Amino acid sequence: MRKTFMASAVLAAALTLPAQAADYKVGLLLPYSGVYASLGNDITAGFNLAVEHFGKDLGDDTLTLVQEDTEVKPPVGLAKARKLVLQDKVDAISGIVSSGVLAALRDFVHQTETPLVVANAGNDQMTGERCSPYIIRVSFSNGQVNRPMGPWLVEKGVKKIYTLAPDYAAGRQMIEAFSKSFTEAGGEIVGGQFTPFRKTKDFGPYLTAAAASGADGIFVFYAGGEAIGFVKQYGEFGINEKMPLYGSGWLTSPLYVGAEGKAADGVITSLNYSPSIENPENERFQKDYMAAHDRAASEYAVQGYDAGRLIVEAIKASGGDKAAFKKNLSKVKFSGPRGPLEIDPATNNIVQNIYIYETKVAEDGSTSQEILDTVEAVRDAPNGCQMN
Amino acid sequence: MLTDPGYLFVQFLNGLQFSMLLFLLSVGLSVTFGLMNFVNLAHGALYACGAFIGYSIAVWTGSFWAAFLLAPLAVCVIGAVLYGVLIRQVRSAGPLTQVLLTFGLIFIFLDAFRVIWGDLALGVSAPTLLATNIHIFGQTYPLYRLFLIALGLAVYLILWLALERTNIGAMVRASVDNAEMASCLGVNVERLFFAVFCTGCLLAGLAGVAAAPIFSVYPGMDLEILIPTLIVVVIGGLGSLKGAIVGSLLIGMLQTFGQVLIPQLAGSLSYILLGATLILRPEGLFPARAH
Repeated sequence: MRKTFMASAVLAAALTLPAQAADYKVGLLLPYSGVYASLGNDITAGFNLAVEHFGKDLGDDTLTLVQEDTEVKPPVGLAKARKLVLQDKVDAISGIVSSGVLAALRDFVHQTETPLVVANAGNDQMTGERCSPYIIRVSFSNGQVNRPMGPWLVEKGVKKIYTLAPDYAAGRQMIEAFSKSFTEAGGEIVGGQFTPFRKTKDFGPYLTAAAASGADGIFVFYAGGEAIGFVKQYGEFGINEKMPLYGSGWLTSPLYVGAEGKAADGVITSLNYSPSIENPENERFQKDYMAAHDRAASEYAVQGYDAGRLIVEAIKASGGDKAAFKKNLSKVKFSGPRGPLEIDPATNNIVQNIYIYETKVAEDGSTSQEILDTVEAVRDAPNGCQMN
Repeated sequence: MLTDPGYLFVQFLNGLQFSMLLFLLSVGLSVTFGLMNFVNLAHGALYACGAFIGYSIAVWTGSFWAAFLLAPLAVCVIGAVLYGVLIRQVRSAGPLTQVLLTFGLIFIFLDAFRVIWGDLALGVSAPTLLATNIHIFGQTYPLYRLFLIALGLAVYLILWLALERTNIGAMVRASVDNAEMASCLGVNVERLFFAVFCTGCLLAGLAGVAAAPIFSVYPGMDLEILIPTLIVVVIGGLGSLKGAIVGSLLIGMLQTFGQVLIPQLAGSLSYILLGATLILRPEGLFPARAH
């Protein structure tokens, strides 16, 4: 899939005195086929909206986008990245949904000194021990999203937790981060399991075990189809009546929560974004996204939006100097739909608010999210990251 | 936890429910396998067809029961068309051609699902009558899952009666045992095969629509169920109803109890059983064909 298009036209610069003008080319490297195609499309839609919102006044500079499909396969992602850098000669790459694809690209972008603005993949290592000055993450790290829930739950009187997550790198990183902060705050993990990733459709056996564990609640990480199956079955087994469900926010993403039905009512999760955040940036973002796509913008769309904005702002700050552009990418700060954002110089991971919210399902089946708490400016420890 | 009879009973029901789903899928595959040595890897795709079509019917009509009745019939028609257009041509072409053709069909179906229904997982609600749970031994269990268990047992009973007590059943058994001989005795084996193939598709569609409220509906669901189904067919033995039900119960229970008792091994337990069966009884536990 190759679509090249002008994201923004050159504006007449009669009133300005440009020192230099540069033509920027950015590669969007995302899954447009395979299981994560819907995420790739959401991120692209968000990115394009950012270029529309913020890219109108680029002066003499221009910005062109090139889209490539990773097919969520690390070798394909790497081949497409080579093509973008060597053939299309892009100035930066953005996108990347899967942590596996990110890991495959890491050495290539580091060696070719191509800035990679990560718009989803949360692999902790890529802003930890395997960090690079050229990998800038505007989405989240797996630990960042889950850590705040530990102390928060202990404070609310939840002392014993049973954990469940799919058995792959991200699932393990999310549960590890939560378990660590939860036990440090005085909680106890009474049991837990990692379910075979994408092979588990029947959560009955695990839910039955969780219900019998004597925990005060269940903490899980599930996303996509697994989230729908899990939450529905949690309700079907009647566990929602005796044991509350907590987790990372993908569990009750607005993309799927409708399919989960009544069982999602009262589930408390944490994430870097919720459509119900109240600020003017989010209002504008949601309104224009709704107008263009006829549905509410997801947490994936907002990450694409902020990745697009980061790149546009870096172009504006560089006065046509491409070397300065590379450096400015990690220096841009702004307040977006998610609240104030900045890139942590120690890791190149984003510093952002984490929202703890409760999903409410009304009698007519409509859903809403009520933000219970905002943990401000959550920053990752360097975790062995050395920038050079 | 393990000494709690209620807990074990609920896990037993979980295992039984998964077994019944595997049974609905494996019985059609096993008998077509056994009857004509025909390898249909696209069987899982027909299961997914049942789920997707069921989803659309449930959305259009607002009734799960309409989907439950119509989706298997629609899948049966799709199976008949596939048979007429493709499968008949490769009936005598040998297993490699059959595997390649039906393997290719998997990908065609996968893309068709994505184009028509998109990538997001779709939820189907259980019918209101069954969308509740009941209390057994102090445990809560979803009524819909009990319905699925009952459905599997009912289908087993019907198939058993049809195979053991009717003329057509006798012809099927004779053809599985020795197709040439049955043909000499005046059985139209080709037509019989078509009928059995369509019944298999019908049951795959039924399994798909029945599984939809529990597992939700998404592209790729077929590949996930295909592997355990093939394992059931190999363990149970080709062409036999008894093999299909026993194989399904073995794999269903092994998966369910394996997941909670020895989670480290859960992914490989059924393969271990498969390997052991192939070494000790290469024909499977209850092969239909006498040797």
